[in-house]
Amino acid sequence: MAEVDSSGGGGKKKGPKKVSTKIDMTPMVDLAFLLITFFMLTTTFSKPKTMELNMPDKTKDNVKQEVEETRTTSIILGTKDRVFYYTGIKDPAVEQTDYSANGIRKVLMQKIKERPKGKDPIFIIKSMDEARYKNIVDILDEMRITGAQVYAMVDITPGDIELVDKYKKDNNITD
Amino acid sequence: MAKVKIPRKNISLDMTAMCDVAFLLLTFFMLTTKFKPDEPVVVDTPSSVSEIILPDADIMTITVDKEGRVFFGVSNQTDRQEMLQAMAKKYKVAFTGSEVKEFTLTETFGSPMQDLKRVLHATSAQRAKIQTGIPVDSVNNQLQDWVANARYANRGIRIVIKGDKDADAKVMKEIITIMQEQNINKFNLITNMEAKPTDI
Repeated sequence: MAEVDSSGGGGKKKGPKKVSTKIDMTPMVDLAFLLITFFMLTTTFSKPKTMELNMPDKTKDNVKQEVEETRTTSIILGTKDRVFYYTGIKDPAVEQTDYSANGIRKVLMQKIKERPKGKDPIFIIKSMDEARYKNIVDILDEMRITGAQVYAMVDITPGDIELVDKYKKDNNITD
Repeated sequence: MAKVKIPRKNISLDMTAMCDVAFLLLTFFMLTTKFKPDEPVVVDTPSSVSEIILPDADIMTITVDKEGRVFFGVSNQTDRQEMLQAMAKKYKVAFTGSEVKEFTLTETFGSPMQDLKRVLHATSAQRAKIQTGIPVDSVNNQLQDWVANARYANRGIRIVIKGDKDADAKVMKEIITIMQEQNINKFNLITNMEAKPTDI
């Protein structure tokens, strides 16, 4: 491929030799494409994605709204990727599930499906101190996936911890 | 059997056009690339379906690693300088000009104010080991001061939290509480991309 074409003219032999200005560009193009590949790969794959999280304002005295107990579902993020949830406030029946597609997502979907008109279910997310950060992101993600409209992250109460402990005791979960 | 004579063709072609395009693209990518800043800690972020892209400028990043160490970084270099001066005043640690310069070039750091000098003198390889994280407990809450000063230096700054999958939710809750005390209720959490489930 490399050619420095020096076949100039054929007939005339007078004057300085004509040298073709053509040069072999193959290595240059090779290098250029190599660099392109490098830059392409480094740019496109390092853009981090984010998820937005809005917390309820603590400083404002929010007007407390009365809602029916049955509208609220508390979701407790526990240890070892366990999720506990219950509906209502008084003597709730705690149930356990997980973060898989058939776990908490199904529960959320069902709650949203069963809602009475104009009354979106309210999900209250409470995370135990021992839960992993991944769990928090996962549950927020599930909210987004299922399209839950009303949800909030609040501090866990001693009552919730008691409920979970009781559930664990009743179902012989030890860790 | 008669040999079929294949006429020899000159296979060299004009590569000028290809070369032009290649260099055009090369220039484009070179100018648009922003290299990943070297981070003192490896953080494995959880994944989500969210597709919001992180803005490049005007952000402060709070990084939490596996062991719960807290790191802090601000994207704008001018803000960094202003922030450090305010912090130095508050904690009565004097920084020399070269230390301030080193700090403005540091993307993320994670050490108490008292150790910051030592960290700035260390090489980036050493830093990973000697940084113990910014104190966030209620007795010695330096993160709160950093956040306050960063906001003071840049009003429109956004708060980004980058946590490791396996970090305790407790540390996260503490950080969120610190923010809420300063009336910040909006955060961005850095996550990896994940495909959205199709059966919904």
